[in-house]
Amino acid sequence: MDLKKLRFAPTHEWALMEGDTCTVGITQFAVEQLTDVVYIELPDVGDNVFAGDSFGEIESVKAVSDLYSPVNGEVIAINTALVNDPTPVSKDPYGKGWMIKIKAEPGSKLDKMMTQEQYEKQISSGG
Amino acid sequence: MALRTVLHDWHVAHGARMVDFAGWDMPVQYTSIVEEHTAVRSAAGLFDISHMGRLSFGGDGALPLIQRIFTNNAATMKDMQVRYGLVCNDQGGIRDDVLVYRWPYGWAMVVNASNREKIVAWINESKASFDVQMQDQTLETCMVAVQGPKAIELCRGITEADAGDLGYYFATPSRYRGQPCVVSRTGYTGEDGLEIMVGNTLGVALWEELIARGIKPCGLGARDTLRLEAAMPLYGHELSEEIDPFQAGLAWAVKLDKGEFRGRDALRKLRDDPTRRQRVGLALQGKRIAREGAKVLADGKEIGIVSSGTFGPTLNKSIAMAYVDPNHRAVGSECVIDIRGKQEAAKVVALPFYKRES
Repeated sequence: MDLKKLRFAPTHEWALMEGDTCTVGITQFAVEQLTDVVYIELPDVGDNVFAGDSFGEIESVKAVSDLYSPVNGEVIAINTALVNDPTPVSKDPYGKGWMIKIKAEPGSKLDKMMTQEQYEKQISSGG
Repeated sequence: MALRTVLHDWHVAHGARMVDFAGWDMPVQYTSIVEEHTAVRSAAGLFDISHMGRLSFGGDGALPLIQRIFTNNAATMKDMQVRYGLVCNDQGGIRDDVLVYRWPYGWAMVVNASNREKIVAWINESKASFDVQMQDQTLETCMVAVQGPKAIELCRGITEADAGDLGYYFATPSRYRGQPCVVSRTGYTGEDGLEIMVGNTLGVALWEELIARGIKPCGLGARDTLRLEAAMPLYGHELSEEIDPFQAGLAWAVKLDKGEFRGRDALRKLRDDPTRRQRVGLALQGKRIAREGAKVLADGKEIGIVSSGTFGPTLNKSIAMAYVDPNHRAVGSECVIDIRGKQEAAKVVALPFYKRES
């Protein structure tokens, strides 16, 4: 995965827009902060999600965190493998650890999200 | 500013994630809670527990004073013995859970970090005219725990005394690099192991020597998952001023016939009152974690509340301890737990969740 193609949320999700399909996961930094992920809850295919709203949750031994959608749209695919075993999220967060694919509302753009460079700046200034 | 143990700078230099715990800046994990947890269950782990309060007592009034504030019986302890018990308020609520040490020359008590100042004040208030000299040694000393099936073997020769020669819940004064220390066959993980107390000046040397022997440093995160699997109560979760020892399943640590002590009259009444909620273990069907404060329901009604919960790495299961109404406490009783608005199936299981093979 070329991280330059991704856009990043301050809440540590990444998003990749290809046509009107938006793929969402969480960042390497988020994975390192969470460690010990035990459970991921994802929406069902067909559910509507909204930009800035929670679409699921990720639970580690320490804490539970919401997962936030970057766009409005309809869930068209979920990574069902993660529900039984969340390991791919920790091992390969930008690849096999993807979480959901959203058919984004027409006109959706990720231009309010951060570039890789901006995101790395956020992390190095304290997360 | 947060208090720091003598090992604080070592933790930070070695990448520990630090959190505030009871006013102390403590390591929650170095690598991963699960990795550290597993090291303790399979080999040995090392914990900085210098934040725990260490009080020592001298004088003829030490035993009478301890008897006055301790629910267990200190008078029947042998020299070098360690005994668990509670300090209760006059209503029978738990002010702290503590370990009492009997030495040939005096007594000591290890109390929770979060309760140290409260207990010191309680002791001063309770000591009346007893001839006692109490010293709070917490800030001058360092305390580490080595826990796990290989703990005793890996610590052989570190101190003059060998923990392997101590019975479980016995301790001995000894020496480390020529300086006085205490070695105690105690712990808070459900494994065999020992705890060592030494003056601050040798704290880092001892810590590094233990690590050089292959003992893995572990943070408070793993300490919590380990004690939870072993169903050991944690003050502020399973224990509080509003909970009494009978509810908490700690009747064995209350000796009502040992003589007068603070809280005894209230405890005598509470012992015979079966209406209060009781501590139970819950095993969840799914993997989500029921954390403190989650409501426990049966037939749509609230019957209890979770006091702590985690994902038990050894059991590979989501577990919790909760206080539930007495008619729902039986092992096998089914319930649901409201986790952030969604109901998760659970059932009451026997405690502890995990017990080591002996």
